[in-house]
Amino acid sequence: MKTLIHITSEKLDPQACVEAVSYPECGGIVSFVGTVRNQTKGKSVLKLEFEAYEKMALKEMQKIANYAKTEFQVEEVLIHHRTGVVEIGEEAVVIVVAAQHRKAAFQACEYCIDTLKETVPIWKKEFFEDGEVWVSAHP
Amino acid sequence: MKIEVIAFGIAKDILNGNQVTLEVESESSVADVRQALVNLYPAFQGLASLQLAVNADYVNDDYLVKENDEVVLIPPVSGG
Repeated sequence: MKTLIHITSEKLDPQACVEAVSYPECGGIVSFVGTVRNQTKGKSVLKLEFEAYEKMALKEMQKIANYAKTEFQVEEVLIHHRTGVVEIGEEAVVIVVAAQHRKAAFQACEYCIDTLKETVPIWKKEFFEDGEVWVSAHP
Repeated sequence: MKIEVIAFGIAKDILNGNQVTLEVESESSVADVRQALVNLYPAFQGLASLQLAVNADYVNDDYLVKENDEVVLIPPVSGG
């Protein structure tokens, strides 16, 4: 199965993601794997929970991939995002960019994760020992 | 007219549910809908931002909402 833009409550598989965009004409594959950190601002995090407005999130992820392909002239872009409870150390997001040359792949990959964090309607809740908080909700 | 507004993330906590039905005047803009929500639920004012999506796309504040539009509250996103 080769789904390039994907939202799932199942565990992500970075290796399978890299293999999904491996083409003979590409000499550079850059991947970004966002994992769940065990602390934020010095406070222990127990787990995260992600919620997505899935229909729109998939559309926005596709827009990011399309723009990256045109603007940076890369061959392929894969973006997989996890929803539901994600434990410490597990992958929350995997982005893989395949290009003929490495420079375009690095630039496109950074563009994709930066833009995803700004535009894609997905929300993250952090769970601490003494409560829980929606990340970035308040100024 | 009546419109259904769907909520995600912290907006769900503020509404105490994942949707609310609002009675607004016809020809109401997205800005009017947001104002109506803030009036009913002042906690929305405390958020860093509150965008509205219509039919799964971001829209400008002057977009005129129609009765069967899918209106969704988008509090600050935090994916990745």
